[in-house]
Amino acid sequence: MNNHEVSRTTRLSTAAMIVLAGILIVMAAAPWWAGRADLRLFGEIFLYLSLASLWNLLAGYAGLVSVGQQAYVGFGGYVLFALTMLAGISPLAALPIVMVLGGLIAVPVAALLFRLRGAYFAIGTWVMAEVFRLSAAQITVMGGGSGTSLPASIVKSMADGRSAREALAYWLALGVAVLVLGTVYLFLRSRQGVALMALRDNELAAKSLGIDIWRSKFVVYVVTGALTTLVGALIFMQKLRISPDAAFSTNDWTAFVIFIVVIGGIGTVEGPIIGTLVYFALRETLADLGSVYLIALGAVAILIMLKAPRGLWGLIRGTRGIELFPLSRRVRATTNKDT
Amino acid sequence: MDWINATIQGTLLGGLYALFAAGLSLIFGIMRLVNIAHGDLIVLSAYLALTVTMAIGVHPFLALVFVVPAMAVLGYALQRTVLNRTMGDDLLPPLLVTFGFSVIIQNALQIGYTADPQKLKAGAIETASLSIGPITVGVLPLLVFIAAIVVIGALQWMFYKTALGRAFRATSDLQDIAQLMGLNRAHVFGLAMGLSLAVTALAGVFLGIRTSFDPAAGGSRLIFGFEAVIIGGLGNIWGTLAGGVILGVAQTLGAKLNPGFQVLAGHIVFLLILAVRPRGLFPRMD
Repeated sequence: MNNHEVSRTTRLSTAAMIVLAGILIVMAAAPWWAGRADLRLFGEIFLYLSLASLWNLLAGYAGLVSVGQQAYVGFGGYVLFALTMLAGISPLAALPIVMVLGGLIAVPVAALLFRLRGAYFAIGTWVMAEVFRLSAAQITVMGGGSGTSLPASIVKSMADGRSAREALAYWLALGVAVLVLGTVYLFLRSRQGVALMALRDNELAAKSLGIDIWRSKFVVYVVTGALTTLVGALIFMQKLRISPDAAFSTNDWTAFVIFIVVIGGIGTVEGPIIGTLVYFALRETLADLGSVYLIALGAVAILIMLKAPRGLWGLIRGTRGIELFPLSRRVRATTNKDT
Repeated sequence: MDWINATIQGTLLGGLYALFAAGLSLIFGIMRLVNIAHGDLIVLSAYLALTVTMAIGVHPFLALVFVVPAMAVLGYALQRTVLNRTMGDDLLPPLLVTFGFSVIIQNALQIGYTADPQKLKAGAIETASLSIGPITVGVLPLLVFIAAIVVIGALQWMFYKTALGRAFRATSDLQDIAQLMGLNRAHVFGLAMGLSLAVTALAGVFLGIRTSFDPAAGGSRLIFGFEAVIIGGLGNIWGTLAGGVILGVAQTLGAKLNPGFQVLAGHIVFLLILAVRPRGLFPRMD
């Protein structure tokens, strides 16, 4: 007689998790085997991977298309600098505070911007990012429009010597990428995550099953805001210098991130990972082209949106629906010999 | 007196913002499309006008004879070849595709014209002014304001009194039924985008005469236009003019307090109105 079992994991996903764990161990040891420039590049990859996964959670799962996440990146950088320079808190101790403040500021922002629907929400987030940028330029203790650098004493207090400091910055970047991917994955597997995907697939049906649309989206927006703020703090901890234009740059913290997610595959956990790898492979080979590189990136994103809206991962995945990070449930027949 | 003067200058500036907004409002009203590249298309128009004035040595106003039709054709072509394929219930494709265009236009302008600020030279009209009692009003800002009123009046008339306007309204109300009644939706959308970019071309030339512009100037133009639409209330095109004026006045009064506050003051007034009247001051549409 046939019985059925419902499970999320597949043989492929278990294998993927084992490979991922292996990669993680190898990457954690990078300070011992990678050169200084490579270490910096890896750190940057992990930070972009985090930004892309967070934007994907927001736009691909919650339907909140934001072109203003640079507000949180810049806010994170500025709060980190302010806490260390003005309040004398050590950079490491400041990180959790920065994250909490990022979540707190996201609450009134969401309350205001959620009044705008769909595409107008997108431009609203941009206005908010501009408000953040223009306000930062008014803060004279932080150098106003020209910005400021982290004093050498604070930089030195982080770790002994330059290589130890660089290793620390790298591990923090790796750590935040694991934190973000883990949070996104566990969130999507949770009750909240299922509600979110139901909303995405059919808002009316989800609503009639009792899902509170506003609350679900609000939670995602605030969590994403807090984590994006943390990533922003790490970005500027690595850069050691901050200015309003760099901190709230639309190109750096939104345009590239959107392209990464669109190229990799929006609305999947795997998409941003693939997109980040493709983006950095392109950047390392073509970045000298400057503007031409950006035009090509924009054109590729448009083509993908028109021809393969599920991105590269959508093409790889095909119609079989394979998942490396198992989110959907599958029914499998099992033969039970006892009965 | 200074404050009254600043208010008047702000009102006139609002005319320019209303022109930024009119094209945005038009395509949102007809096809629920928000064009992220709108600001970059305004700047592109200014560069087109610059090229025409340099190449054949005509006044920027005369360059409009070329720029307006060129942008209209570009709009129609863009809609028919690319944007129509993104139209549907999902708002992500049009948003991301126009975002891609925004980045492409910005960088293409950067390659073609460098990042140096440019300006359209319009001669004596730039500095000409009229004195009404103690108040002096620039002829150019006044002209832009009048142009905004004329454009918005013409759009309103077109919308409610012509066959084209009827086609727009029908498609806006019920796309499928309009298609059944013999309207080609793809063509109607193309015309809407063409008309939107024709207005954009006018806005771009006025922008180029009033202030200097560079390839990265598009983002804030989109934002100003968008703020005017939301302040005025969705679907109300005269409301958009009012929204532009409110934004312009907020900016000039902000700049009077502190030059650094100009743009910030406009954003803050926008956010305040969003908090108090989420549907804008004069809403007509859901």
